[in-house]
Amino acid sequence: MDAEHVSPPDAWAAAERAARASYGRLVALLAAPTGDLALAEDALSGAFEQALTTWADAGVPANPEGWLLTVARNRQRDVWKSPAHRATRPLDAGGDDHTAADAVDRRLGAVASIDPIADVDPFAIPDKRLELLFVCAHPAIDPAVRTPLMLQVVLGFEASQVAAAFAVPPAAMAQRLVRAKRRIRDTRIPFAVPDRRAMAERLPPVLEAVYGCHAIAWREGAGSLAGEAQYLAVTLAALLEREPEAWGLAALVTLSLARQPAIRARNDRPPFVPLDEQDPATWDAALIAEGEEYLRRASEHAGPPGRFQLEAAIQAVHCDRRRSGATDWRALRTLYLALDGIAPSLGARVALAAVTGRIDGPDAGLAALPPEPADGFQPWWATRADLLDRAGRSGEAAEAYARAADLADDVAVRDHLLARRRRLEGG
Amino acid sequence: MRYTLLMHYPEATEEQIGAEVIEEAQRAFASYAATLQSAGALVGAEVLQPSASSTTLRLADGELQVQDGPFADTKEQLGGTIVLDVPDLDAAIDWARQAPPLQWGAIEIRPGSVYTVDGVWTPNT
Repeated sequence: MDAEHVSPPDAWAAAERAARASYGRLVALLAAPTGDLALAEDALSGAFEQALTTWADAGVPANPEGWLLTVARNRQRDVWKSPAHRATRPLDAGGDDHTAADAVDRRLGAVASIDPIADVDPFAIPDKRLELLFVCAHPAIDPAVRTPLMLQVVLGFEASQVAAAFAVPPAAMAQRLVRAKRRIRDTRIPFAVPDRRAMAERLPPVLEAVYGCHAIAWREGAGSLAGEAQYLAVTLAALLEREPEAWGLAALVTLSLARQPAIRARNDRPPFVPLDEQDPATWDAALIAEGEEYLRRASEHAGPPGRFQLEAAIQAVHCDRRRSGATDWRALRTLYLALDGIAPSLGARVALAAVTGRIDGPDAGLAALPPEPADGFQPWWATRADLLDRAGRSGEAAEAYARAADLADDVAVRDHLLARRRRLEGG
Repeated sequence: MRYTLLMHYPEATEEQIGAEVIEEAQRAFASYAATLQSAGALVGAEVLQPSASSTTLRLADGELQVQDGPFADTKEQLGGTIVLDVPDLDAAIDWARQAPPLQWGAIEIRPGSVYTVDGVWTPNT
């Protein structure tokens, strides 16, 4: 391998670049033959460590990804051949050593069979991240752990970072991830993209899990997860190529990201600004264009739009205010009605009532609001408060704002609702 | 890779089920077994007698206890097992969803750990 001599900090930078760009690709490739994600991750992190010392002395290899893959594979082989690993095989206690050795040979054979040229030609390293995403969101995996699993094995987040994003104690999250990986290995969930027949039933949970990453992205402690969710959604759509709902999700996540103020730094808590009070000039025009392009790709395919396409179209209508200077409430009503038709949810009904309030007046909006949900639903109370406020029913509005503030789990949202309430009482 | 399909369903007497339904179930089971066999996925299958015929052994303080009845007295009982040899969990799920007892109960798919070949334990790989 060609190498240029570099100082240790450059080695760090090169390793980090390689890590960011290819973590998921390498884990997918290393784990695919046996389904052992934990071992693949261990082998890869060992290879990264080795890279830091080796590359600092000998220079960064011409093909860092191929180098990491080769070193990680050697580490996997060492583990498979080790007495400790073989002792953990179910049978070794009782003892036919040949069968255990055969098992190891079969594994090595499985690895060799997918790897005839990868070490030679860096461009031949296949991308198995799509397979990995289908593994993470396999129906035999607990839905609650699918998104955390994607964050860890596809994007390389530490269990502690995932735990923070989900507001779960780190030890508990680590335990869940370990269990899920063990399950993938032991039940032999295949690293395979479902065929067309199975796609209709297998794709929705994958989209759902990527959407889950997007949904938690703005929670406190989630850091820069919003950009990662977008990366994941776009990667999924690009790898699938022709799935309209995957492009719809990519569009939804990209357009939402476009409206977020410049990436929030950790500990930086900008005040919450409701969508219709946001200044469109602060939105990211490049991301809006990108999101619109994904939405266009989604609609290239025949058939009625799915849930994510409709949600993306709703975002696109909001984003269009940057160009037109006004919100097209009627377009929003059409889209929310369609969304309520194919994917009814309390959230969509509440949003529809808010839009109705803008078109037909606050009383019509209040009438369109579904009955009070038994377990407090923050958007219902916030929307009711806003509609009452617009209808001039200050007393009831103040009460509803207080209720909505109580239910808000985001501090900035709570502050905003309480400020509204104060403004009412002041006036 | 071997998987065992554990078929759990509520127990009922022949009278409760009715002769016609039983005949239909038997036809479905026969065709299912034939399909598995011709696909090369079937290792073996067994439908069990009702759990009332079960005898459960246990050691209590080293003493053998023999008890009439099943291991756990639940509404749904283990009614039979089918052992498959297929490449992965997706293949096992595909076969399990075609199993007749899915119409009247639940099917648990459990990967095997070890199995015997000519009386010698062999790892399931």
